[in-house]
Amino acid sequence: MLYNEPSPLEVRVLTRRFGLPNSASIDTYLATEGYAAFRKALEMTPEQIIEEVKISNLRGRGGAGFPTGLKWSFVPRQSPKPKYIVVNADEGEPGTCKDRVLMENDPHQLLEGMLIAGLAVDAHAGYIYIRGEYRYLIEIMDRAIAEAYERGYLGRNILGSGFDFDVYTHTGAGSYECGEESALLESLEGKRGIPRIRPPFPAVVGAFQCPTVLNNVETFCAIPAIIRDGGAAFAALGTPKNGGTRLFAISGHVNRPGVYELPMGFNLLRMINEVAGGVRNGKKLKAVIPGGSSCPVLKAEECDIAMDFDSLARAKSMLGSGGVIVMDEDTCMVKVAMRIMKFYAHESCGWCVPCREGTLWLKKLLTRFHEGQGRRNEIALIGELARNMLGRTFCPLGDAAAMPTISLVEKFYDEFEAHLEGRPCPFEARTAVLV
Amino acid sequence: MTFSPQLEARFEKLVRSYPPGRQRAALIPMLLYAQDEVGAVTPEVVEEISRRLGVSVLEIEEVVSYYSMLRRKPAGKHHIQICTNISCLLLGAEQLWEHACRRLGIGNREVTPDGQFSLEEVECIGACSWAPALMVNYDYHHHMTPEKLDRLIESLRKTQ
Amino acid sequence: MADRVKVVIDGRTVEAPAGALLINVARQAGIDIPAFCYYDGLALQAACRMCLVEVEKAPKLLAACTLPVTDGMVVRTETPQVKEARKAMLEFLLTNHPLDCPVCDKGGECELQDAVFRYGAGESRFTEEKLHVPEAQWSPVVYYDAPRCILCYRCVRICDEGLGVRALGVVNRGATSEIAPNRGDHLECDECGMCIDICPVGALTSGIYRYKTRPWEMKHVGTICAHCGDGCKTTLGVYSGRIMRGNNRDRSGINDEFLCIKGRYAFDFTDHPERLRTPLVRVGGRLEETSWARALEIVARRFAEVKSRAGKFGIVGSNRTTNEENYFLQKFARQGLGTNHLDHHRTGDVVSLVDALAGRQDALATTADLYRRKAALVVAADLAQQHPLLAFQLRANWRHHQAHVYVVTPGPVREDSYAVRSVRVPPGEELAGVESLREALRAEPELVILFGGAVKGENVRRLVTFGDSLGIPVQYVCLVDYANSRGAADMGLLPDLLPGYRPVTAAGGSPGLTLPEMLAAPDLEVLWVVGANPLARHPLASEQAFVVVQDLFLTETAARADVVLPAACAYEKNGTVTNTCGEVQRLRKALETPGTKTDLEIFGLLAQRMGLDLGPWRVESVWEEIQGNVPGYNVPSAVLAAGGAAPTYPVNGRIGVNPRPELIRSAGDTLFTSGTLGRYSRILNSVPEAPGALYRS
Repeated sequence: MLYNEPSPLEVRVLTRRFGLPNSASIDTYLATEGYAAFRKALEMTPEQIIEEVKISNLRGRGGAGFPTGLKWSFVPRQSPKPKYIVVNADEGEPGTCKDRVLMENDPHQLLEGMLIAGLAVDAHAGYIYIRGEYRYLIEIMDRAIAEAYERGYLGRNILGSGFDFDVYTHTGAGSYECGEESALLESLEGKRGIPRIRPPFPAVVGAFQCPTVLNNVETFCAIPAIIRDGGAAFAALGTPKNGGTRLFAISGHVNRPGVYELPMGFNLLRMINEVAGGVRNGKKLKAVIPGGSSCPVLKAEECDIAMDFDSLARAKSMLGSGGVIVMDEDTCMVKVAMRIMKFYAHESCGWCVPCREGTLWLKKLLTRFHEGQGRRNEIALIGELARNMLGRTFCPLGDAAAMPTISLVEKFYDEFEAHLEGRPCPFEARTAVLV
Repeated sequence: MTFSPQLEARFEKLVRSYPPGRQRAALIPMLLYAQDEVGAVTPEVVEEISRRLGVSVLEIEEVVSYYSMLRRKPAGKHHIQICTNISCLLLGAEQLWEHACRRLGIGNREVTPDGQFSLEEVECIGACSWAPALMVNYDYHHHMTPEKLDRLIESLRKTQ
Repeated sequence: MADRVKVVIDGRTVEAPAGALLINVARQAGIDIPAFCYYDGLALQAACRMCLVEVEKAPKLLAACTLPVTDGMVVRTETPQVKEARKAMLEFLLTNHPLDCPVCDKGGECELQDAVFRYGAGESRFTEEKLHVPEAQWSPVVYYDAPRCILCYRCVRICDEGLGVRALGVVNRGATSEIAPNRGDHLECDECGMCIDICPVGALTSGIYRYKTRPWEMKHVGTICAHCGDGCKTTLGVYSGRIMRGNNRDRSGINDEFLCIKGRYAFDFTDHPERLRTPLVRVGGRLEETSWARALEIVARRFAEVKSRAGKFGIVGSNRTTNEENYFLQKFARQGLGTNHLDHHRTGDVVSLVDALAGRQDALATTADLYRRKAALVVAADLAQQHPLLAFQLRANWRHHQAHVYVVTPGPVREDSYAVRSVRVPPGEELAGVESLREALRAEPELVILFGGAVKGENVRRLVTFGDSLGIPVQYVCLVDYANSRGAADMGLLPDLLPGYRPVTAAGGSPGLTLPEMLAAPDLEVLWVVGANPLARHPLASEQAFVVVQDLFLTETAARADVVLPAACAYEKNGTVTNTCGEVQRLRKALETPGTKTDLEIFGLLAQRMGLDLGPWRVESVWEEIQGNVPGYNVPSAVLAAGGAAPTYPVNGRIGVNPRPELIRSAGDTLFTSGTLGRYSRILNSVPEAPGALYRS
């Protein structure tokens, strides 16, 4: 089901079936060009499939934005070992809730994407690693998988093609870190979610030590459209090097928060004002975290920007996982920094020193700060500690904790100053009341 | 120890889901599903799964203590998990949390004396666009308010 | 890719094998890159982030411990950015680490303390509350103090990868992560203490050593472990006349850093309360204390008297005394007393192996061979229990070089977990088990065969014949039990063989009585037992026998003695011992126990009192004589003097004596027992795993 009204500004490619009756059923899927792309891919060579994905300029929707076609091309063509397709459905980046709706409303689209990936790299089994909290989605995916087996879209000799493919769901049990691809693979193998040393990358040594294509749910869900309508058509929907559409999860102080499918490069201000109905209660916009909590914050005046990987990188932020967190003028940015750090301290796997110790230190420091117990020289210390983590941790979680923190101190220095010397949080009295 | 036939069937399917010799992969799902049935990852559950998968108790302890959804003691019948992460926070998760604590008379990771309710402050549950949100066991509740929470608690109380 | 690449580190061009890790390449070039988690020989972690360096064209600092060098790589290890990063890591590490170095057990030899001194900040900016976790005792040996732990995971890896025990793990996550033992609140393991010595900080400490002294107060003496036959180097820390600890942290011996509980902790027999410190003489049926002069006089007079009327002597030597002592004892017996009634407890059939390998110079494997040969076959031994160093070597060989290990044993052993094949056979059927591996072994490029005491006599010859038939180079290790079991055989503590396995008949003599024959001889007049406890198992038939015992404790045998001479132990003397692989190493005296004398000195004093001319009894003189007289022992003294191990090859053709397989019996010691000596080690008896059992893996 849908939890928010669609917007007329949406370009519905991945969400085209959303809102149809029984959108999750295979009948609906088949009636709406479902598995057509897979049938088409059966007639293509693996090289042709990968080439089409490259042409589409599809970039990973999990957060890093790595070109998908390129990633697939790293899987060795000849391998004595089996190969695997793994779906990262460990959606956990605060501000992000788009994979959930994709699986809930159109699970077969994901399966079809996996099948096509299987054809592209000669893999015959796929795992959908779903975060533990999304139990109902495991049930939805399991139903879809059962339907697909029943109708011959999974199993042995699919559609008489000689191609075999099995899909399994696999539940996580509560760990943000397992959204990091190598930690996810460890978790899939029944271990603690500690990232692996890379190289080798999963394309070469992945699940069960075998070559593996590992992508985000949304990435796989884009594949059927790319193969069906051609990579060029998908690319044309977005901006150069940023093909297609993207599901943006808009949250925070807007009138119509929700998940919306918009072309890559869509203007952020328009997104807030026209898609999400503007800032609530007539308040002024203060800041936006554009791609999930690990992205550096944008001040209101920086928000006239195209939402694609490269434009945000130029603005020293990131498109990340597409979680757009909108904050109005009453938001305490010290509290935001504190809450974000509390999250990363909770989720740090503890493997490496700077992340394990840095996130806890910063959490304690920011908590103290927000309580008005900060000292002036510690404003700089917050940024410095974050920079001491940045780029030096074992996996990107340290960066994810450091980047928003550095930006918050830099851009809202005055708010940190306003908390000094025992002063109560100046925003506490004005904190938004509940809807 | 013994599990229900449904859980046994699920375990059997799980173990067959992974490549030969890789049955350890079933560990985390087995722990979570066993917890769903038993109420917690008890020492007996650990022993049993250790035996079934040929994974040492220490290795299982390493895993259990890592994942935040796995717990050693049973939660309430209705385990209320309130997200206080950024998107929910912006829309009043703190007030929702405080209200829940007051209303149930318990704190974080505590269970009401009658065993009906437990509370847990959780990190992002993937409901940011429909915040503030909480989960009762595995069910999502979006756009929560203290009033809606009261009504939810009342209706849950009636399901017993 | 080229085999060798050129890398520029801090402006210096260094050549290295392609793919070598930058941290090693730099260290070999004398450029130290600090690291806690990186540990040579163990799995890579990239966790401590101390080894971050600048690499040209890389957008950020890279961890040198996981970075394979490539041709043309340009690295800088001392730039302001690198120094800043190290300082930052140390600052992070110290946030939850206690800053009480002066009272920390590790103070003075702590890698964190040293790193902070070298690279750290002078002041702390951390003003939050530290995490508190109480210290835990996991066993009599192992204590864990979580706040001091820097989570380098060395302990976890050495236990898992090195030992194959996997008794340690990591629990929780984030800043509350900590090391955990395998039994909830305690450990069940080898109690080897490897985890403690590998710990860079004071997180893991030993119940034996902790808070007893400071590292710089001790004298450190590298000597050879007094227990099993593997011959590990143990460096004893001695303070105020007592051994405080043993370790091999300088990785100097054949054992690298390996030691088991015996080598690391079971030195405590030295100051056991029951240790004999005064000679005893039997007066009216009771043993009474006496002076050395009187005790020696009594013994010398009786020996001379019995000798003068050609009475029957029986002499039992030791598996633990030095080569010099053993050599001198057999000389005393043969030249001084005119008897070949000389034997020792034989724990493995060295004689048959030496005989079967007659004429070869390369068929005995060294400890190092176990780490480098492509394949090994273990027959009739629970290696991890009976020969922990050899087991460690084989396991390391498998881990690092994928060596193929085969096992033929009566029950499960730890090596099964990684062996290519394990064959279970009932005792006596070992050769059939070996035969079943023929095809697999033929396909190996080379092989080391290790066999326990159950393979003896004709079966040793058959085993060698089997090895010959494989058509590949085969080396052998005859497994023997104790610190100088091998040396006892080499030095001729046998009724029919002179030092170097020369039959007594070749020198015109006739074979003497074996150990059981002596004990059973009703007309035995003197039983002289040096460092052995035969009466624990066998009765002494001759009631009138005058019994002289040299030992550390009042054993069953000593209790029957007429004169007991308190002997110095291995840690209290100089000399040499030969391990189960035939490698000679030097003992170095670490301390003295007042009132005791070395066995060599006792022999010398007795000889002097009896007016025998057996030559000087200085260790050096006897060693020189051994070098000149015992085939295979003409090893370079410089190697020994430098603390090295010199392999011996005592092979000189067929021996031509009956090896008496019925006399060969391994004592079957476990990791936690050590013959009679083991009874007097409090630590060996205090661990919950003791005494343990073989073949129960």
